[in-house]
Formats: sequence, C-alpha cells, structure tokens
Amino acid sequence: MSEPLLSVNNLVIQFPARDKDKITVVHDVSFHVNQGEVVAIVGESGSGKSMTSLAIMGLLKSEGEVASGAIHFQGRNLLALPKNERRKINGKDMTMIFQEPMSSLNPMLRIKTQIAEALKIHHPDISKKAIQEKSIDLLRQVEINNAEAVANRFPHQLSGGMRQRVMIAIAIANEPQLLIADEPTTALDVTIQKQILSLIKNLNRKNEMGVVFITHDLSVVADIADRVLVMRQGKIVEEATVFELFDNPQHPYTIRLLKAMPTLETDTDTIDSLMDDPAQLERLEDGPFQTISDTHFVRKKAGADDEG
Amino acid sequence: MAFIKRSFLQIVPTLFILTLIVFGLVYVAGDPVVSMLPENATQEDRAVLEEALGLNEPFYVQYVNYIKDLVTGNFGQSLQYQEPALDLVMERFPATLVLSLMALGVAIVISIPLGIFAALKRNTVLDFLISGVSIVGKAMPNYWIGIMLILFFAVIIPIFPVSGAESPIHFVLPAVTLGVALAAEITRLIRGSVLEVIEQDFVQTARSKGQKETIVILRHVFLNSLIPAVTIIGLQFPQLIGGAIVVETVFSWPGVGRLLLSSIETGDMAVVQAIVFIIALITIVANLLTDAVYRILDPRIKYK
Repeated sequence: MSEPLLSVNNLVIQFPARDKDKITVVHDVSFHVNQGEVVAIVGESGSGKSMTSLAIMGLLKSEGEVASGAIHFQGRNLLALPKNERRKINGKDMTMIFQEPMSSLNPMLRIKTQIAEALKIHHPDISKKAIQEKSIDLLRQVEINNAEAVANRFPHQLSGGMRQRVMIAIAIANEPQLLIADEPTTALDVTIQKQILSLIKNLNRKNEMGVVFITHDLSVVADIADRVLVMRQGKIVEEATVFELFDNPQHPYTIRLLKAMPTLETDTDTIDSLMDDPAQLERLEDGPFQTISDTHFVRKKAGADDEG
Repeated sequence: MAFIKRSFLQIVPTLFILTLIVFGLVYVAGDPVVSMLPENATQEDRAVLEEALGLNEPFYVQYVNYIKDLVTGNFGQSLQYQEPALDLVMERFPATLVLSLMALGVAIVISIPLGIFAALKRNTVLDFLISGVSIVGKAMPNYWIGIMLILFFAVIIPIFPVSGAESPIHFVLPAVTLGVALAAEITRLIRGSVLEVIEQDFVQTARSKGQKETIVILRHVFLNSLIPAVTIIGLQFPQLIGGAIVVETVFSWPGVGRLLLSSIETGDMAVVQAIVFIIALITIVANLLTDAVYRILDPRIKYK
C-alpha cells in the first residue's frame, strides 16, 4: 500500500496548568488518512478530537503545544517545517472548516472578498477576472444557486447553512488534498445537516479529497465515514471501519455510545445517558491495543468483555 | 439618503434644545445692564438701556428675538471689544480646531500601534508597561503635562519653542499635551477589543487559509476592533476642544481659549454664548460623523 496522505504518530498535546506541571489533553494518538478517504473522529466534548485537528492544522492556540509525536502530510513532517513553509500548506493542500458557521466568517468583509483572499494567498499573480470567475464557480460547486448575488453579500445576510457552504467553498478553493471538518454540521438543523454532509461526501468523491470528520454524532458517522476513530479522554480507544464499528463494537465506551443513539423504535426513557459515575470510569480504564482484525483495533483491559 | 434624513430629524430638536440652554444660561447669569452702565447710573438710565436692549420683554419674546438673530448669524455684540461676537470667535476658532485635530492625530498615531502591540504581548512585561503608562497618562492633568513638556523639551533641551503658533514645529508640544490623555484611553480600548476579536472563529479561519500573521492581525483582527475606538473618538472630540482651551493658556496658543476666559471674567455673555454654541455644534457634527463611520466600517449596522 502506498504512503498515507496524513499520518499522525504518537501525538501528545499539553497545556500549561496553574499549579500543576502540565495537563495532557491528547495522549499518544496515532492514526492515518489515505488519499480520498473519510476518517471520522468521534468522541464527547473534551475528548481531544478538536485539539488533534487543530494540531494537524498548526493552529493550536499559543498556550497549547505538541509535546511529542509526529505529523506527516504528503511525506513531510509538519512539525519540523518552518512557519512560512507550514503556512503554504494551510489553505492550499490542507484546509479546515469549523463548527460555528455564524462566526467563522469575518463580519466586515463581503463573501467574495473572503473567497478571493483564499485564492490570492496561494496564487499571488491571479488576475481579478480569474478570481471573479473562480469565486462564482466555487459558490456553484457548493450548490449555491444565486452565486453572483451571494458573492456580494456580507456574512450576516446569509443563513447558517449558507455560511457553512461558503466556508466549504473557501476550503476547497485551492483543491486541497485534505479537508479537516470540525463538527461542521453540529450548529445546523437536521435537513441542512444532511445537505452539507452529502456536499462534503460529493466533493470527497469527485476530487479524491481526504477528509477528517470530527463529530460527536454517530448517525453522521454512518452517513459519511469510511473509517472511525473513537476518542475518549484524549486517547483513541477504538479504531475500525464504519461497518466493523457498527457491527461489532469492542470497547465498552463505543458500545455505550452506540446504545445512546436513538432510533425510531427506541423508548426515550431507556437511552443511556453516558453519565460518568466513578465506578463506570474505573471499568472503562484502557489497556493496551488489541487487534480484532486488520482494520479493527481496540484499547481495553483484558477481561473487560462483559461490559455493556 | 435615509441616513441623511434621519440625521436631519435628529439635529433639529437637538439644536432647539441647545439654543434654549445657551439662552437660558445667560438669562439666569445676571443682569447685563449692571455691568454695562457706570456705577452712578440712575434708575432711568437703566430703564432706557433695558428698553434699547429689549430686556424688558418677557422671556419668550426675548428668546424668539434671540433665535431670529441667530438665524441671521447675529450672536450679538461683544461688550469688551465692541465687535460682533461671532467675528471675534471665528477669528480664533480655526487655531483651536486645528490644535484639537492635531491632538486627535497624535492620539491615534500613538494609541493604535501600542494598543495592538499590548494585546499581542498580553500579560508580558511590555503589556504591563504600556498599561501602566496609559493609566498614568490618563491621570495626569493636561496643563501639568504641558508645563512638564515645556520644561523638558523647550527649556532644558530646547528642541521645540515654548509658545506661539507661527510654524508647524510650534504645533508639536501643544498637540502632544492635548493628545496624551486620549491616546492613553484609546490604547487601553484597542488592547481590550483586539484581545476580544483575536479569540473569534473568523481569525482562526484566516489562519487556516494560510494567511500571514501580520495580515491576519491587521485585516481581520484590527478592522473588527476599531468600532469601540471610533465611539470613544467621536465622544471625546468635543472634550478635546474643551481641553484645548486649557492647553492654549499654557502655550499662549492664539485660539478661542483665552477669549473665552476673559469673556467669562468680564461677563461678556455674547461671546460666551457664541463659543458654547459652536462647541455644541461641533459635538453634534462629531456624533454624526461617528455614525457615518460606523456605517462604513460595519456592514451589519443599517438604519431603517
């Protein structure tokens, strides 16, 4: 098999704490994303999934830092690149969309200006006419019908779904190899969620674009992902293809996550709340990685099978 | 167009209230006849003068006459100079206005880079230093700053002239004196709003596009942190003119300041009224400009 598009090895992210040494928010995380593959990272708030994605983009806030590990993208070690070299990758080969479309666009600039910015950074010689044409084309690609009109609007004049489409248009402006989507549908209502998901999926197929899709919503995972990483408390606890995970979940936490997913048949009183009481936390304590199949790994204690 | 209409609707009542206050001020300030006549004047002399000046009329008649005069640009006659009050004021006002604008310029030039810098270096020694200096700058009365600047930069190290307004170099010390307090205030404001904006998602978006950090700061962060600064500048400009009157006295600046002081001392009410009226007018204009700048800066603000 050829080299993966993105590979993250033994990533550790730490934040300084007031009275302790340092708080580790991401522990020893390793995974890879192949060309054209959609990898979902699932986990609850604070599980480290967003931190991992920000570290890949090199956008960790100044306080947080990658303490150890390696991130390779297209064969280059991102952590070893000087800042100006690193910047050339962002927005071109690797781009990101965020959770809050309402606040992810600069409120003072027109949509076309914000798309043009993405194009100009990586193509300083591009003509005005080319920018204009390309911007309209991008807005059409994200299925915005009145592209010319939308290009001239300001963010506050667009709905959340439209803004997320614009964000995607900006993200795909330079035909990236990898799109990192940090809960891109969480702030949207369900019908718009579906549209944005299928849009991302289409772009993934059409452009052979790898996607890291971060979410806490397993139903979204089933829709979009090829492979899934389940994260909990800064660690990957299970890694599997989407079929294996739904078919044969191994880690107690994954099992409970799946159980917590309501279906039309579910009696709402019986949905597992996943509240962590200390006894449950104890039983969920992780052991070393065990291999279930070529594509299925789980981190758990021996003899914890009876859980769930 | 709607903006202009709305502004006009705002100005008219404001002007009406303004004239009422300016006129009322003088009405209650004391009988001008006493100061106009010699001490040995008789009751008849007073009656004649009151009649001549229209002071025997009831309040509202006097007020209407006052408005009629105002509309024709007549602010009355200065008692000290025996010249139209407005001419006296307009002769000196440009110097005051220029000084205030220069001070504003000084304040903006100092505060914007310092404010951004303090925010980017937050909680470092440099940040504390800048914050400390701005608190001191805000706390110092401007006449004292003026005297200190004269002492250091005109007397001990004679780079700048002590007083006067003959050449551009004469502007430096008075403008700095007047601008320091405002600079201090805007610095703290810019620091605060930059810190607020820099945490916002769209700044992250700009970085994720691969934009250079300097451009991220100037284009995305700074532009969005300008609005509170614009408010303060709009609100402070009239106060700057008020401050200019004090600073003018320190630097013997040929502005409206000394005229105002001497007019208050001699009870030359026509001149006082004219100055107060013009400063109030500038306040209104400054507020309108602030509104207009808002509209240019922030597309979210729309007046219906």
